[in-house]
Amino acid sequence: MMLDDLLNALFPSHDTQVEAEGILCGTAQYGQDKTAAVVGLVNRTPLGVDGALSLAGHVLEVIRHSPGRPIAVLIDAQSQRMRRRDEMLGLNEYLAHLTKCFVLAGQRGHRTVGVLFGRAAAGAFIATGLVQDMLAAVPGGDPVVMDLPSMARVTKLPQDRLEALSKDTPVFAPGLDHATPIGAVAEIWNDGDLAEKLAMALDGQPGAPDRRDEIGAERKGRLKAAAIAKRVAQEATAHA
Amino acid sequence: MEILEIHQKAARRAPGDKSHGITGVVASGDLEVLLERLLDGTECEVNVKTSVEGFGDVWRAVVNDFIERHSPGGLRISINDGGARPETVSLRLAQGVRLMEADR
Amino acid sequence: MNNAFTKYRTWSWYEATARERVANLLDRGSFTEFIGPEKREISPHLALFDLPEAFDDGIIVGRGTVRGRDVLLAAQEGRFMGGTFGEVHGAKLVGLLRYARDYQDAPRVVVLLLDTGGVRLQEANVGELAVSEVIRAVLEARMAGVTVIAMVGGRAGCFGGGGIVVGIVAGCCSRIVISEQGRTSVSGPEVIETNMGVEEFDSRDRPLVWRTTGGKTRRLLGGADAYAEDSIDSFRDVAISLLDRIPAFDLDTMEKEHARLTQRLEKFGQCHDTPEIWKAMGIAEPDRIADLSDEDFNQIAQAQKEANHDAR
Repeated sequence: MMLDDLLNALFPSHDTQVEAEGILCGTAQYGQDKTAAVVGLVNRTPLGVDGALSLAGHVLEVIRHSPGRPIAVLIDAQSQRMRRRDEMLGLNEYLAHLTKCFVLAGQRGHRTVGVLFGRAAAGAFIATGLVQDMLAAVPGGDPVVMDLPSMARVTKLPQDRLEALSKDTPVFAPGLDHATPIGAVAEIWNDGDLAEKLAMALDGQPGAPDRRDEIGAERKGRLKAAAIAKRVAQEATAHA
Repeated sequence: MEILEIHQKAARRAPGDKSHGITGVVASGDLEVLLERLLDGTECEVNVKTSVEGFGDVWRAVVNDFIERHSPGGLRISINDGGARPETVSLRLAQGVRLMEADR
Repeated sequence: MNNAFTKYRTWSWYEATARERVANLLDRGSFTEFIGPEKREISPHLALFDLPEAFDDGIIVGRGTVRGRDVLLAAQEGRFMGGTFGEVHGAKLVGLLRYARDYQDAPRVVVLLLDTGGVRLQEANVGELAVSEVIRAVLEARMAGVTVIAMVGGRAGCFGGGGIVVGIVAGCCSRIVISEQGRTSVSGPEVIETNMGVEEFDSRDRPLVWRTTGGKTRRLLGGADAYAEDSIDSFRDVAISLLDRIPAFDLDTMEKEHARLTQRLEKFGQCHDTPEIWKAMGIAEPDRIADLSDEDFNQIAQAQKEANHDAR
């Protein structure tokens, strides 16, 4: 889906622009005359220090000036920018800063909803997609940790072997049909009224504790994580 | 993966009160050895899981030699092997028994 | 830290295993491990690839005391699969942080001995999700008043490995302690070279790799809050020295961080290599940073405005 089509499908009206480094910003109407902030990383752009700083700035603006306003985050990116310059300047801090700003927004009453409509990989996915209160995807959404050919190279396994293995487990291969059962993606909006689905999502609770491991267990895509995390607390309190 | 189980009686019980201990790391050329004081008398059990197949005889020789030298009676020993040489295996097993000699 | 930097002759942090770091960092006999190796909570996903498991899935979590002070602790074993995040590995760390978040009588300090090449490719999706859950758990713990200190000085960055290196997690902690050997980044050097070519980043040029992502660079730029020698004693002492000035995770801190990161780009965004940055900072011998002793380096770092802030 193209960005403009997505914006028109998600919002009755919107006032947004794409700035440098593929950073989307603006506002939109949703539901019954309510306003949402709209930000994002679009046009298949990798996330570098400049883009991360700019996007974080928009999130901080919302926190400063618009109490209670929910934030829709549209994502069609790549991975983090793979450049010596960005790493030298501390890309990890810029991506951490962006991640922190989103979490802070949720904690301060701004519900954050990610809508993945293109690619999101690795560090960019962590900082723009996986951090939100809720992450939804529309067809075309393509979450990736590493593409299969690279994975084949690094693991020294033939690619067709990896493809075959990936049919038995959602644990390593790219794609929405793996990201959902493990709990990374909350919902896939395949059909129906996108604007209605987004409106409902934007009205959800901001800053709730992270329950994705429990969702992964409920969906049977991630069988151990939730139980292990709980066990740690049990053993810790038993030893207190 | 190959799995080997070796049961043997040692000459004496392994000294010490420690209930369990671990030494080594599962890395290329290394192994981790988990020791648990679980068995009766001078029974000893060594369970090996290794990604390098076909060396069962070498494992048995190294383990039997270790049991003779160090008398790890009462210990169940579990190994995850990353392709270690026999000398490294012997070293880790000896380190493990020493670890178990502690008081707690 | 105003006192003279003393010489330690004890365990090298870099050379030590995770268990050796834990045993020598904490007060002797004070450590209680949670979900230890005897529980055998191994990865359920490695057998598919015929890979050996570790009984603790490469991470130790528990509690102990440091000079009498109660702490929670997690230590990654960088030599097991590059210290990478798998499902169980990540869940142990998430559980530890949530325990600190939820229980007011849990220790108020969590120490993270990070030594990781990022996400375990054989468990890529759940590993990456685990990293995100760790980040959320760190921040939720900080919002509940918990101090989270990252210690970075291990070897796992040397291994290839997939996606996210320790960098983003470290950047979400309250404080970061780093040694010369430590590195924080997002993409590993081999990944950059494979994707962008050797002219962009020669991963075998070790001085280049350390100039770009290593401990001294991080410290001077303000990407780490304190610099330790490569010894467990030094890491301990340096971490303790940070404990009385911990930034809260709130809007004020994020505004300040935004300002310092903006200034960094304005001042140094055009620099091609770190000596240019050090020159722009007014450091006397910008080409000699890598050659400086830990003691001399630390003196310079303590005098740099960019390096010393409460904005994390």
